[in-house]
Amino acid sequence: MNKIQINDFLKQKGSIIANGIVTNNPVFRLVLGTCPTLATTSSAINGMGMGLAATFVLVCSNVLISLLRKVIPDKIRIPAFVVIIATFVTLVQMLLQKFIPSLYESLGIFLPLIVVNCIILARAEAFASTNKVFNSALDGLGMGLGFTASLMLIGIIREFFGAGSLFYGSLAGIETGIQIEALADYSLNIFVLPAGGFLVFGLLMALINYLTDLHNKKKELKAEAKKEDALKEGRKEDLHIAFKEADLKEKNDEASIEDKAKADDAKDALKNALSDGTLNTLAGEDR
Amino acid sequence: MEFLLLIISAIFVNNFVLSQFLGICPFLGVSRKTDTALGMGFAVIFVMGIASVFAWLVQKALVALNVEYLQTITFILVIAALVQLVEMVLKRFMPSLYSALGVYLPLITTNCAVLGVAILNVNTYGTETAMSLLQFFLNGIFSGMGFTLAILLLAGIREKLEYADIPKPFKGFPITLISACLMSMAFVAFSGMVG
Repeated sequence: MNKIQINDFLKQKGSIIANGIVTNNPVFRLVLGTCPTLATTSSAINGMGMGLAATFVLVCSNVLISLLRKVIPDKIRIPAFVVIIATFVTLVQMLLQKFIPSLYESLGIFLPLIVVNCIILARAEAFASTNKVFNSALDGLGMGLGFTASLMLIGIIREFFGAGSLFYGSLAGIETGIQIEALADYSLNIFVLPAGGFLVFGLLMALINYLTDLHNKKKELKAEAKKEDALKEGRKEDLHIAFKEADLKEKNDEASIEDKAKADDAKDALKNALSDGTLNTLAGEDR
Repeated sequence: MEFLLLIISAIFVNNFVLSQFLGICPFLGVSRKTDTALGMGFAVIFVMGIASVFAWLVQKALVALNVEYLQTITFILVIAALVQLVEMVLKRFMPSLYSALGVYLPLITTNCAVLGVAILNVNTYGTETAMSLLQFFLNGIFSGMGFTLAILLLAGIREKLEYADIPKPFKGFPITLISACLMSMAFVAFSGMVG
């Protein structure tokens, strides 16, 4: 393999991972797995623990499902996926109970509930069941890290305002994080309560919507300004290039729309399979 | 008196959606209109009641066989099979109820509230608050009612929000989450009613 091939290879694999963390962030973009997102983020450590536990299950189940994708009959694939996922969830439960009992206690019921976390089943259906093993593992890793990062972000904000601390707690007997004494007296209890979870999640999602809009607008303005400049100066070549760029951008937009349509299709297919075409009503709403 | 406390606790104090974060996906997904929310709510009450009874029986079997670690796998399979079974039985013997619950029945397999109530109930085994079969059943039913109450209230708010002038970034999910936040704050007032 020469250098260019290696670069291409890395780029392609990197884009699979980046897709899960940024472009299709499971929490803020796809709005999947909202229950653990809200329930386990009263502190940053819990959010991180939940995220990493889900990442582990996601990578393992993606790999196994990808390995078995030609063996599992199409008709019973959803029950088969659920059993595979449940197996790894049980594994995580046992490992945490043995080695990090404090985290096991604080995640509580949401640890077994990873089974019904829609992110994992969605990736199994949309990616792992049609892709090669290594790519599936990377997809699981990307999605898992995107989930973990989102949970940590919400956790950090809620813990900071609600308890006046950062990453405070103990992991496997080791004290972690800091308690900010000055802030602890002015902590806003509401952030640790369930209401705070809804609030922080809602505000963060609004902020991300706003930033995405701003970014898109800036891009458009830039492209237009370039076109106008070229027109004014009458330079044919520049104009040509500018038009080409605009064309390319349009094509990209189309491609991204197609991608989105594909993702939506996959989601619909999953939901169809789950419930004989009746889950579409759920997908249809809020879309 | 004990049962009254159980009812108030399940519906208001430990409301599944607003204080325990279970069943958030349908809570956000199927709360556009009040009638769909009501349909979903009734289907959840129905399945939760039955699933609680089955969870009790399955857990007895697991304990007897000394394989409690299989809890997660067996429960999810039992619930999936149960939902299918309930659907078939209703279709055959109670077509009117079947058409009323309609599409919401199969949705429930992926509702974490059902698996949640089963695991929460079963986890009380061997503790002071260990429940009887009847308590299991009632807890399932009334937790489902708490879910129905929450989703119905949110749907009512969202129907009104359609006409409100909301800043663009807040449209859709964010404003729904913030409405849920205010509802959750209101439900905090119930805590302390049951010790």
